[in-house]
Amino acid sequence: MAAEYKLELRNICKSFPGVRALDGVNLALRKGTVHALVGENGAGKSTLMKILDGVHQPDEGQILLDGKAITIASPIEARRYGIAMIFQELTYVPDLTLAENLCLGDWPRGKYGVDWAALRKNAVELLRKEGLSYPHDTLMRSLSVSDIQMIEILKAVNHNAQIVIMDEPTSALTDREVENLFEKIADLKSRGVAIVYISHKMDEIFRIADDVTVLRDGQYIKTMPIGEVTEDELIELMVGRKLENQFPKEAVPLGEEVLRVEELRVDGVFQDINFHLRAGEIIGFFGLMGAGRTEIMRAIFGLDRYDGGHIFIEGKKTGNRSVAESVRSGVAMLTEDRRRSGIIPMRSVKENTTISSLGRYYRSGRYYKARELQEVSAACASMNVKTPSLDTHISTLSGGNQQKVLLARWLLCEPRVLILDEPTRGIDVGAKKEIYQLMTEFARKGNGIIMVSSEMPEVIGMCDRIYVLHEGRLTGELAREQFSQQAIMNLAIQ
Amino acid sequence: MRESFNYRRIMERYSLVLILLLFMIVCSFLNETFMTKTNMLNVLRQQSVIIILAIGEMLLIISGMLDLSAGSVLALSGVLSVSTYKATESMMLAISVGIGVAVICNILNGIMITYYKAPPFIATLAMQAVARGAVLFYCKGVNIYRIGDFTIIGQGSFLGIPNPVYILAAVILVMIFVMRNTRFGRSVYAVGGNEEAANAAGISVHGVKMRAFILNGVLVGIAGIIFMSRVNGGVPNGGMNYEFDALTATIIGGTSFSGGTGTVFGTVIGAFLVGFLNNIMNLLSINSYIQQMVRGIIIAVAVIWDIYSKKQKTYSIKNARHDKDTGTTQATLARGLLIGVSLMTLFSAF
Repeated sequence: MAAEYKLELRNICKSFPGVRALDGVNLALRKGTVHALVGENGAGKSTLMKILDGVHQPDEGQILLDGKAITIASPIEARRYGIAMIFQELTYVPDLTLAENLCLGDWPRGKYGVDWAALRKNAVELLRKEGLSYPHDTLMRSLSVSDIQMIEILKAVNHNAQIVIMDEPTSALTDREVENLFEKIADLKSRGVAIVYISHKMDEIFRIADDVTVLRDGQYIKTMPIGEVTEDELIELMVGRKLENQFPKEAVPLGEEVLRVEELRVDGVFQDINFHLRAGEIIGFFGLMGAGRTEIMRAIFGLDRYDGGHIFIEGKKTGNRSVAESVRSGVAMLTEDRRRSGIIPMRSVKENTTISSLGRYYRSGRYYKARELQEVSAACASMNVKTPSLDTHISTLSGGNQQKVLLARWLLCEPRVLILDEPTRGIDVGAKKEIYQLMTEFARKGNGIIMVSSEMPEVIGMCDRIYVLHEGRLTGELAREQFSQQAIMNLAIQ
Repeated sequence: MRESFNYRRIMERYSLVLILLLFMIVCSFLNETFMTKTNMLNVLRQQSVIIILAIGEMLLIISGMLDLSAGSVLALSGVLSVSTYKATESMMLAISVGIGVAVICNILNGIMITYYKAPPFIATLAMQAVARGAVLFYCKGVNIYRIGDFTIIGQGSFLGIPNPVYILAAVILVMIFVMRNTRFGRSVYAVGGNEEAANAAGISVHGVKMRAFILNGVLVGIAGIIFMSRVNGGVPNGGMNYEFDALTATIIGGTSFSGGTGTVFGTVIGAFLVGFLNNIMNLLSINSYIQQMVRGIIIAVAVIWDIYSKKQKTYSIKNARHDKDTGTTQATLARGLLIGVSLMTLFSAF
C-alpha cells in the first residue's frame, strides 16, 4: 500500500496546560485532491495545522509522508518536506519587493552575498509561467489582499510544495477574487498537489472539496467523500455533542432595560446592530471568527470609537467615550485576550484587582490601604481565587485564577452591565463552572450580562436570548425555547 | 493576609542594601580616605543631582518610556534660572523659571509621545539636541559667572550637612509617597506593566504618561538649579550625558527596562552604588577610560540579568515571586560588582 495517501496523520494527541487540544485525530490526504477540514472555533483545526507546520509537536501519534514516518521539528523542516502554509493572517514583509518575498528565507546565493540577478530571473519566470502581470519589483505593501494571497501561493509553488494548507483563505476576498483563487486551486490539484482547506463557508467546501474531515472539541469525528454528505448533516456533525447539565442557569425575573443599542456601526466592520439587555438577563452573542462580536463589544465599552448609532445605558443616552467613563456609568468588560489586554503580569494580585476602582481607595490625597486590603481579600475569597498571597505576581497564577481575579476587578466596580468576551477560553473545567456560577449570581442581583463566546454549549446553557452574527450583521435573535445548535449554526453560517 | 517571616523574601528585598554595604566595606579597605566624613559628604553632594535625575528616569521607565533629554534640559533650565536670578535677585522667581522651563520641555516630550505616538527614545533624543542647542545659543557658548547668593542652594550647608542633601531627602520622600500612596503611582505601574490592559481597565494611559513627564520635568528642573548653584555658574555644557548616569543607576537599582517594576528605594541605592564606584575608582586613580569600561560592563550585566531572571519566571510557575520588586537583579549585580572591584584592583596594581 505504498503511498495511497500523500500525507497521513494517525491518532494525533496534543495537550496544552489545562486543555486537551487534540485527542486521537486522523487525517489522510490524497494526492491531487482538496481535503476540507471543518469544525467549530476551538475544535482543534489550528492546532492540527500547527503540528503539520512544525510549530507544535504532537504528544502522541504518527505523521506519515508518502508512507514513511516523519517528525516535523520546525516550520523550516515543514518547508523541506514540501508542506506550505497559507495563513489566515498572511505572512510577508511589506517593504520588500515581490521578487524578494517570493524567495523569502531561501534567497539564491552568489559569490558576493545574495545573487540578485538570479532572484529577479526566478521571479520573472515564475510570474510569467503563472500568467501574472505584476512587475517583479512591486512592493508587497502596494498589493491587495488577494494579490498577496496569490503571491503566497506562488511562493508555495516556488518552494515546490506538495502539500498546501489554506486557513480561511477567502475571509478577506471579494467574490471575483474567490473565483481566481478557486482557479488556482484547481490548477494546483491538476499538478498533483494535495490541499488542506480550512473554512467555515459551506458553499465553498461543497464546491471545491473532494473529502471532508470533521473535528469537534479536539476529537476526530469522521472523514468522508464530500458527495456522501449534505450540508445539514455536516453541520450536525460539527456541533452534535451531548449537552451535559453543567450550567447553573436560573430563571430570574427580568427588570427594566439596562442597555439598549440602536443602529450601531463601525464602518467596514459591522452595521445595523440593534439589541437590548434587561436587568437579570444574560444574552449571548454567537458568531464565527471575524463575525464582529468582539468589535461590537469594544465599541460599546469605549475601547474603539464607533461611526454611528446610539447606546443607552439605563435609559441614558451616551456617545463615544472613554473606558473610564463607561466604567463610571456602570459598564464593565472582561476582554477576550487575557494576556494581552487583561492582566498586568508583573504586578500583584491585589494591584490587578483594584486597578479599575482606585478611586475608592485614593480619596482627597489619602490612601485607604486597610480598606483596599479588606475589599480585595473579600472579593478574591468570594471568587475562590487560589493564590499564595495577595502580593503574588498575577502571572504565576493559573489561567482560571487569573480570569477570576479579572472578574473580581470588574465586580468591585459594581457594574450594571457586564460584558464577558470569551470568559472561559483556555481555562479548566472546574474554573469554568465557577465562572458560570458567578454569572448566575450576578444576574440574580438584578444586573445584565452580555456573553460573547465561540463555545456553543455554554451560550446555549447560560443565556436567556442569543443574537447571532454573520460578517458584521445580526442574522437572528433566538429566545431560550428556540435554542438548538442547528438553528444557531445555520444563522451563523448563512 | 499577613505572611510569616520569610527569609527569602527579606533577602530579595534587601539584597541591594547588603551589596552596597559590602561594597563600602571592600572600598574602605582599598583606600583609607574612602570612609572619611568629607569623602562621604562629597559623594552625597555630587550624587544628589544624579539621584534626582535617576528618580525621574525611574518614573518614566516604569511607565514604559525614558528620557534622553534630561542632561540637556537640566542645562537649559539651570542656566535660565541662573540668569533670572542675576537679573532680578529673586530666588523664588529664579526657581520658578528653572522648574517651569524643564516642565515645558517635558510637556513637549509628552505631547510628541502621546499625541503623535513618537517612540520615547526618538522624541527625547530630539529634545536633547534642541535643549542643548538652545542653551548654548542663549549663552553664546560662554559660561555665566558671578551668580551671587544663588550658590547657597548647592554649596551652603545646614548643621554640617550640605543643602542639596536636604533637597534630595525631600525629593526621595515625596517620590516614595507618590509611587506608593497615590492613584497616579499605581497607574504608572499598570501602564508600564501592560499598556493595553491598563487602557482596557479604564486608566487614561495618555494622562498618566503626560503626568509622568511633568513630574520628571519638576525633578530635572530641581536638579538643574542644584547643579548650577553647586558649580557656581551658568554652564551651558553642564550635565552632558547625565541622563546615562541616571539610567545606569535606575537599572542597577532593579527597575526593569520592560516597564512595570521598580522602586524609588532601589533607584537611590543603585545611584549610591554607582556614585561610590566612581568615587573609589577616582581615589584609586584608575584611568578614566578604564572607569568608563567598568561602568559599561556593569550596565550590561544588570540588563542581561534582568532579562534572564524574567525568562526564568515564566518557565517556573511554581516559584511564585513576591511583588516587593527588585528581586534577583541584585544577586548578579553582586557578581558584576565583584568583577568590577577585581578589575579595579587589577588595574591599580599596574
